[in-house]
Amino acid sequence: MEHAEILHRCFRCGYCKFPDNYVDLNCPAYLKFRFETYSPGGRMWLLRGLLKGDLQPSARMQEILFSCATCGNCVNHCTMTGFKDLLLEAFTAGKEMLVQAGKLPPPVRDYLTPLLEHGNPFKLPAKKRGAWAAGTAADLYSNQEYLLYIGDVGSYTDRGRAMALSVSELLGRLGVSFGILGAREISDGNDARAMGEKDLFEELARRNLDLFRSAGIQKVITLSPHGFHALKNGYAALGGELQVFHYTQILAKRINKAAFTTPEPPLKVCYHDPCYLGRHNQEYNAARKILFSLPGIQLVEMERHRQNALCCGGGGGNFFTDILGGGADAPARVRVREAAATGAQVLAVACPICANMFEDALKVEGLEDRMHVKDISEVVLERKISS
Amino acid sequence: MESIKAKLAKIVGPDYVSDQPEERYLYAMDPGTMPPRKPDFVVLPENTAQVAAIVRLANMEKIPLVPMGAGLVLSGLTRALKGGIILDMKRMNRILEVNEISRYALVEAGASQGMLQAHLKKHHPGLKHSMPDAPPMATLAGNVLIHGSGHLSHAAGFHSDMLNGLEVVLPSGEIASLGSCAVSPAWFARAPLPDLAGLFLGWAGTTGIVTKLAIKLYPRYKYEDILIFVADKPETVPDILYRITGAQIAEDITAWMTPKPLWAKGFQHINITFAADSKEELIWKRNLLRAAVKPYLESKEAGFMPLPPPMKHRFLQVPASDLARFADIKKGGGFEYVGAIMPVDRFPRAYQEGLNIAERFQAAYSLGARIIGVNHCMMFFYAYAFNRADAADVERAQQALEATNTAVLAMGGIPWKAEEPAQKQILAKMNPQMLGLMNQVRAMLDPNGIMNPGNWEVN
Ligand SMILES: Cc1cc2nc3c(=O)[nH]c(=O)nc-3n(C[C@H](O)[C@H](O)[C@H](O)COP(=O)(O)OP(=O)(O)OC[C@H]3O[C@@H](n4cnc5c(N)ncnc54)[C@H](O)[C@@H]3O)c2cc1C
Ligand code: SF4
Ligand code: SF4
Repeated sequence: MEHAEILHRCFRCGYCKFPDNYVDLNCPAYLKFRFETYSPGGRMWLLRGLLKGDLQPSARMQEILFSCATCGNCVNHCTMTGFKDLLLEAFTAGKEMLVQAGKLPPPVRDYLTPLLEHGNPFKLPAKKRGAWAAGTAADLYSNQEYLLYIGDVGSYTDRGRAMALSVSELLGRLGVSFGILGAREISDGNDARAMGEKDLFEELARRNLDLFRSAGIQKVITLSPHGFHALKNGYAALGGELQVFHYTQILAKRINKAAFTTPEPPLKVCYHDPCYLGRHNQEYNAARKILFSLPGIQLVEMERHRQNALCCGGGGGNFFTDILGGGADAPARVRVREAAATGAQVLAVACPICANMFEDALKVEGLEDRMHVKDISEVVLERKISS
Repeated sequence: MESIKAKLAKIVGPDYVSDQPEERYLYAMDPGTMPPRKPDFVVLPENTAQVAAIVRLANMEKIPLVPMGAGLVLSGLTRALKGGIILDMKRMNRILEVNEISRYALVEAGASQGMLQAHLKKHHPGLKHSMPDAPPMATLAGNVLIHGSGHLSHAAGFHSDMLNGLEVVLPSGEIASLGSCAVSPAWFARAPLPDLAGLFLGWAGTTGIVTKLAIKLYPRYKYEDILIFVADKPETVPDILYRITGAQIAEDITAWMTPKPLWAKGFQHINITFAADSKEELIWKRNLLRAAVKPYLESKEAGFMPLPPPMKHRFLQVPASDLARFADIKKGGGFEYVGAIMPVDRFPRAYQEGLNIAERFQAAYSLGARIIGVNHCMMFFYAYAFNRADAADVERAQQALEATNTAVLAMGGIPWKAEEPAQKQILAKMNPQMLGLMNQVRAMLDPNGIMNPGNWEVN
């Protein structure tokens, strides 16, 4: 297993369970399960036990390892500067070991098999990928400046499709030249990699890179922070030479206060930092800059924000496997309660997985009357743009 | 017949009980050097009623019970020495009340140091509690119950001195309230009643399971500062400490002695933190502290270390995460320390013994002493780092710890939160009437011997 050499260096001190100010538990898997085994330090020691043969890749071990939402909180907050950067890599390597041994929890298998067979985890035909764009101004890619890469969740879930529509409409209105791949798009593979399916990730990355190369694509805007991370970092490691942007980064450059002339009614908004944009890529400002440019918006911060944000619980494939779902301590439920406590009317997101997770959680928590989940582009479109 | 697991699941819900190899493996160990001891079950209760039901079940079935907070004590006290059920108390982490005027906080036993610190900073910025330098997950109960100490210990003593009252599930399953809360709705003091809280302090979970506790809070001042006084003759340190503590200005006074970084080797550094409501008051306090050690400054025998702001900032961090990082100095993931409670006049000998033992066992060491009260005693610590992946190195650290425990007892000190072998060393030295009384108390409270057996036992 890669990074096996750091496992014994974990002291199990537990700094990694917290945000900077220790206000509450910030490892989503530990928050939900509460056994030490699900904490980052617990994972380090269990992996060591597994390698030593003291433990087996049992169903419990599989659940523990695959419950990691790859949120990166532990990487940020582990106190051991000598190896903290490798923590998540080690957890992913642990999953990889199970994948190679064919020891997978059923929902993980249910994610990976259709991804391998259909190029998406939803078992839906590729031609449905671009269905969201029918009747819109979004064209297929042919030498526009950017490719707008939508990804699986944006293409195949209702909430994701609504977000794709709104982002593409806004990009269009701001004069961004972009096209989409429609039915030719294939999964970015980010969550397969997070689930330890490195080979599948590399295969998807190569196919994507070939496709981009043959279409002459050099600049990509992604809808999802997961895709952003894969294309920007994972593909680069495989020779990709793309310029990759998350859509909020493009919007942040194009939007300024001047674009809005009419005053708007006040709206209290809090913003949830998606892990793959924030902790994984240190992009904390783009979405906030957009919100600050909008008339009438009052941005309030949740207690845990930026590098301290609590993950929605959908990362690392958990959106599909739902290992972290259920119960009052499910991270998405905890997070919407935290958002509601700010008094905000809108919980703004920048990721289709977060959008799905939080909409469901708001319903379960009975908070739909008090708060709505909106993508950043939706918040913008609800204000009147003068151009 | 219904299995024990099914009965536990009925009490806490199936998601919060485990007899799986993974939990049994992990909960068998703590980060220190003590060998693994596997529990049969790990259970995560959510409230006092559940704890009481578990205790009643354990009593009926005669199953050992091991209460656990964050398991950070390092001396293996939360291992299941005789199997049984580990109760991980950390789901019970609510902060129930903060009484500003009477300066106390009432919390559940699994509430963590870090969460209370954050809660107070946000909701009661004028108040703080005495934080240990343990990682922030450490529970308030786990720390108070072992007589911990921390950032207000010079000003206010052991953390057990800061305890106002307890709710405790007795080994019978009954729930007792001790302290003012036994008579009044308020948790303001242990006086003036007979002080039964002592039945649970220092007992390593062998007399009951604490479910709630109230601790004293103290003013949090706007400005804080630190001075580091440096000496190179250990025999001067008790007098220096006597003078500094005599000023009664500081909040925390902790000495540290390490061979690394090299500039620190051979010196005794005394960190003195103090705080004030205004900059003028801070300067005034600093001057009083300086005045306290004037003869040393004048003779140039010892002096204050200049502190650049980033260094100052690091030293003022609470808890000091640098301490946890000591576990990585050998890239080995482990350290354990003997914390010896002893009179401050033993400092020079305690220090020399530490150097000798480290040399004898070739141990990577760090030494130090936190002053408790107005020089009333100190918690002198001997920390040894080890490489968890190297069995011989772990054993070497164990031997160094054992030799340290022996030396501490010989100096008239007492190992704190003592490991099972160190407990035996203490018991062997203990006044027989105290030992007899301890046994009687336990037999009375816990006739079935279910509470954390193996601890504080002669055999
Ligand atoms: C880096 C580092 C620095 C440290 N610095 C300090 C310091 O500055 N000051 C200090 O005091 N300590 C310090 N410690 C020691 C220790 O971590 C702390 O004292 C810590 O607060 C112990 O709390 P815990 O929740 O981990 O207790 P645990 O280790 O879980 O338990 C301690 C004991 O209390 C018992 N117990 C726990 N909860 C209950 C309960 N509810 N009812 C009955 N019994 C119970 C357990 O059975 C055990 O015997 C440090 C440790 C480390 C690793
Ligand atoms: S991962 Fe880092 S912070 Fe977490 S327990 Fe291990 S050493 Fe401590
Ligand atoms: S990446 Fe997130 S979910 Fe995974 S162990 Fe670290 S903190 Fe927990």
